[in-house]
Amino acid sequence: MSLTQTLDTRSARPEAAQVASLAVPAHRRRPRAIPAAVLGLGFPTVLVVVWWAAARAGLLPEQILPAPQAILETFLGLVGDGTLATHLKVSTERVLIGFGIGAVGGLAFGAAAGLSPTFRAFFYPPVQAVARVNVLAWMPLLTLFMGIDEPLKYVVIAWSAAIPVILGTARGIEAVSPAFRELGQALQFDTRDTLRLIVLPGAVPSLFAGLREGLANAWQTLVLAELFASFEGLGYLMTWGRQLFQLDLVIVAMIVVAIAGLAMDLLLRAVERRAQPWKKGTADVH
Amino acid sequence: MSIDALSGTARSTARDAAPAAPSRLATALRGTGHALGRSLDWRPWASFGALLLLWFAAHHFGWVERKYLPSPLDVVHRLVVEVTQGTILFDLKETLRRNLAGLVIGVAAGLALGGLLGLSGRLGKIVGPTVLAQRQTALFAWVPLLSMWFGGADPGKIAFIAVAAFQPMVVNTWRGISLVPATYRELSDVLLFSRWTYFRLVAVPSALPMIFTGLHGALIYAWLATVGSELFLNIAPGLGGRLNEGSQLFEIDLLFLAIALFGLVGLAYNTLAERAEALLVRWHAR
Repeated sequence: MSLTQTLDTRSARPEAAQVASLAVPAHRRRPRAIPAAVLGLGFPTVLVVVWWAAARAGLLPEQILPAPQAILETFLGLVGDGTLATHLKVSTERVLIGFGIGAVGGLAFGAAAGLSPTFRAFFYPPVQAVARVNVLAWMPLLTLFMGIDEPLKYVVIAWSAAIPVILGTARGIEAVSPAFRELGQALQFDTRDTLRLIVLPGAVPSLFAGLREGLANAWQTLVLAELFASFEGLGYLMTWGRQLFQLDLVIVAMIVVAIAGLAMDLLLRAVERRAQPWKKGTADVH
Repeated sequence: MSIDALSGTARSTARDAAPAAPSRLATALRGTGHALGRSLDWRPWASFGALLLLWFAAHHFGWVERKYLPSPLDVVHRLVVEVTQGTILFDLKETLRRNLAGLVIGVAAGLALGGLLGLSGRLGKIVGPTVLAQRQTALFAWVPLLSMWFGGADPGKIAFIAVAAFQPMVVNTWRGISLVPATYRELSDVLLFSRWTYFRLVAVPSALPMIFTGLHGALIYAWLATVGSELFLNIAPGLGGRLNEGSQLFEIDLLFLAIALFGLVGLAYNTLAERAEALLVRWHAR
């Protein structure tokens, strides 16, 4: 929207625009109205074609960038023998369990911090201090305590997911307008009704922003944890490809990671829209 | 909207740490007006104190096996030993060197591409979606690919740090420059500014706050990527190397020390970015 404006105002000088409007019938003044999707998809398409042609002409050594066909073949092979599905399933399970733990914990802690100033004063700062250091740096320490198996992955994913959820929830509850709270008092709502009818709807946008960031974090940390130590999953697939010097495998895993991450975000956005039917777009409360 | 959503993670990371400093400042400012006793909220300190006591007690009474939990004094002792006889300062210097090298490359590339995308709406429409889409790949998914391209030594690490810094930089610069208020653009059209003059005198000053948001995100991500690259790629002097060492040799005091240093540098970067942003806002408001 705003990007379009940039183009239009920059490219047309005022006097030029006047001349143009005299010369050209109004409905034909913008001949290049190529849909944004076409423009956006055009670039990667061109890239792939150039890549393909370069590989075909032997300009790209396979150790630097394998040809698109090779990557497609690897992808189809991995799909065909079920390897990809296995790794994807393991990774998805880890993310869902870790994110589930982190989201529930984060919602509970964030709600307590948002509702009770005393709880917040005592417990928020220590959590913040720990959260300040990314979970990556804690990982070598955690490994000593819990080994490198599933529990480690659940803990680090839950940890990284919980932080934005805590912030989003606490912030959302604080941001509920005092006017609404007073209204609730005037209507003599009990605690349950206040929470249900006033606090929750007011906090939902920020809460979902937190959840979505939490999910993005969970996905990032999954890759981190699987690169760090694992024998299954998409991150492991990449490490394996690197060890075998199979770039095609690495690239396929990267693409799958990106698509799966995007799919999860879209899913959560859809949930968000259902949770607040009165809203049109997705919220970005920052 | 979509740019907003995608850069959300970067900004949220920035915000994770953000609230602490202003609130402390606010407390301090309030303190100048009130009696000293009321100025400081004792409650967070009470919980930090309790945690420290708990730590001492757990060590002293052997609640946790000593092997797993050194006393806080051991960590301090380790710091003294490392500084006087060890290599921790050299490690820190090496880590910072890599960090700055990657940061400079990533920020410069992000500024250049973001500026181009922002200036030319057409380019923004064609290349922009691809830039946004590649952000969907979890950051650490770049590690195997980059290490195959650039090797596991310094070039590979610096390349990864640069990618981490590049991403928030390009998106925020792009957004900042493309969101220059329409009136400014019209004014520079009336004044017949050349594209370069427009960029220098109008676009960049108006986009500075967003560019600084990008820089803030770049600092945080590059710092994370620095330690990550040291953990995942070839072992070399650096904080990440010390984390590895502590984990493999079961030296938990060293682990705590390295984590604390990691957190402190992150805190320093964050404070620096916040100060710079605050100065900028003041300068802008004039």
